[in-house]
Amino acid sequence: MTEEIEEKQPRNISEIISIIEALIFVADEPITIKSLAEVLEEDRETIEAAIEELRGEYEQRAGGLQLREIAGGWQLSTRTEYHEEIRAFLKTRPSAKLSLAALETLSVIAYKQPVTVPEILEIRGVQSASAIKTLLDKRLIVARGRKETVGRPMQYGTSKDFLIQFGLKDLSELPSIEDFEDLIQ
Amino acid sequence: MEQHQTEQLTFDFFTETPHITAESRDEIKLELGKFAGPLDLLLYLIKQEKANIFDIPIAKITDEYLKYIRLMKKLDISLAGDFLVMAATLIEIKSKMLLPREIFEEAEEEMEDPRKELVDRLLEYEKFKSAAQMLYERSTVEQAVFRRGKIETDENNTETSATVFDLLTVFQKILSRHKEEIQMEIEREEVSLADMLKSLRKRIYETKELNLLAFFGEMHTRRELVTAFMAVLEIVRTESVKLLQNTTFGEIVLRKV
Repeated sequence: MTEEIEEKQPRNISEIISIIEALIFVADEPITIKSLAEVLEEDRETIEAAIEELRGEYEQRAGGLQLREIAGGWQLSTRTEYHEEIRAFLKTRPSAKLSLAALETLSVIAYKQPVTVPEILEIRGVQSASAIKTLLDKRLIVARGRKETVGRPMQYGTSKDFLIQFGLKDLSELPSIEDFEDLIQ
Repeated sequence: MEQHQTEQLTFDFFTETPHITAESRDEIKLELGKFAGPLDLLLYLIKQEKANIFDIPIAKITDEYLKYIRLMKKLDISLAGDFLVMAATLIEIKSKMLLPREIFEEAEEEMEDPRKELVDRLLEYEKFKSAAQMLYERSTVEQAVFRRGKIETDENNTETSATVFDLLTVFQKILSRHKEEIQMEIEREEVSLADMLKSLRKRIYETKELNLLAFFGEMHTRRELVTAFMAVLEIVRTESVKLLQNTTFGEIVLRKV
């Protein structure tokens, strides 16, 4: 093994794109611009430009894969169109859907976080203990410390898994709760 | 994604609407289970009556609501207390609505519609119900998207099965620790293997996981240690208990499978 001190050749953009693609492929979680920048020792702007280019390539190719921004990072995933064939191959069925109570509780937590159990009860008008347990078990929500109020109740918020499972870049991608008001009327 | 057992009923926003047509007892239970709470039931009743939410015919809706509650009781469905709280609220509003308005006018007080608070709650709740539906749709779409599975790395493969030899090493460690202690001759009741096995089993079933080093550490004599060691071997052999070691040369734990 020779350790030659070479003059560092600046990489060209297509090489950067290739490395990013390889890293996104091996990462089992959405990979952030920050960690890509650290590994490649390039600045944010370069990485962002390269990712945009790569995303465009996937889009143009319109193949079986897509490059998406999820939970604050980038991830390769299959296109929705091919889910039937994929399920046939993997021999899996869609996982059990959340109950209505769990979905409602999740929506209150997503929009009101950090939120306590009594606050959820106030909105839903019903105890939500078992729904909260389900959501915790599925790791869709996490405890967010205690609220400094009478009884110091535990506060809950949504997790990174929530963003991943619901295909969200970040929480701001959720439609505003006030938008639903117009929908109802 | 790990599959978890959900204890609640699944609900499909598109194909299933809550409703009660009783044929068999079980069927009703199932249908009723789909109301996520008293507010949900109330919204359903208002829609069914085609009533305006800002002008709820409170007497009619209260009657309908109580009818449901009675039906649920008749069917032995354990009623959540929250449903009864709502029934009380409705009755209270209904009685307030019956009061002649002049009383308030005489008192020169601005009379607020007794239904207002409830309407506000319903509207607020309905927003989150719609948001829940949006989440449902999103997750349905996302279920059609697949990601790469985990690649095995050192980090995510920390748990390797411990062998009997690893166990023996731990045992040796404890045994040598005991050697250094001065033994006093005290008459002691002998612990049989059966007793040891019984107490070990009890502890594993209670705690799910038991650190072996700590368990052996509790033994007072070499004889007890040997019995404890044999009990561990026996329980691993005969029952659904696994030996696990998180890192090479790390501590060994017994875990109920």
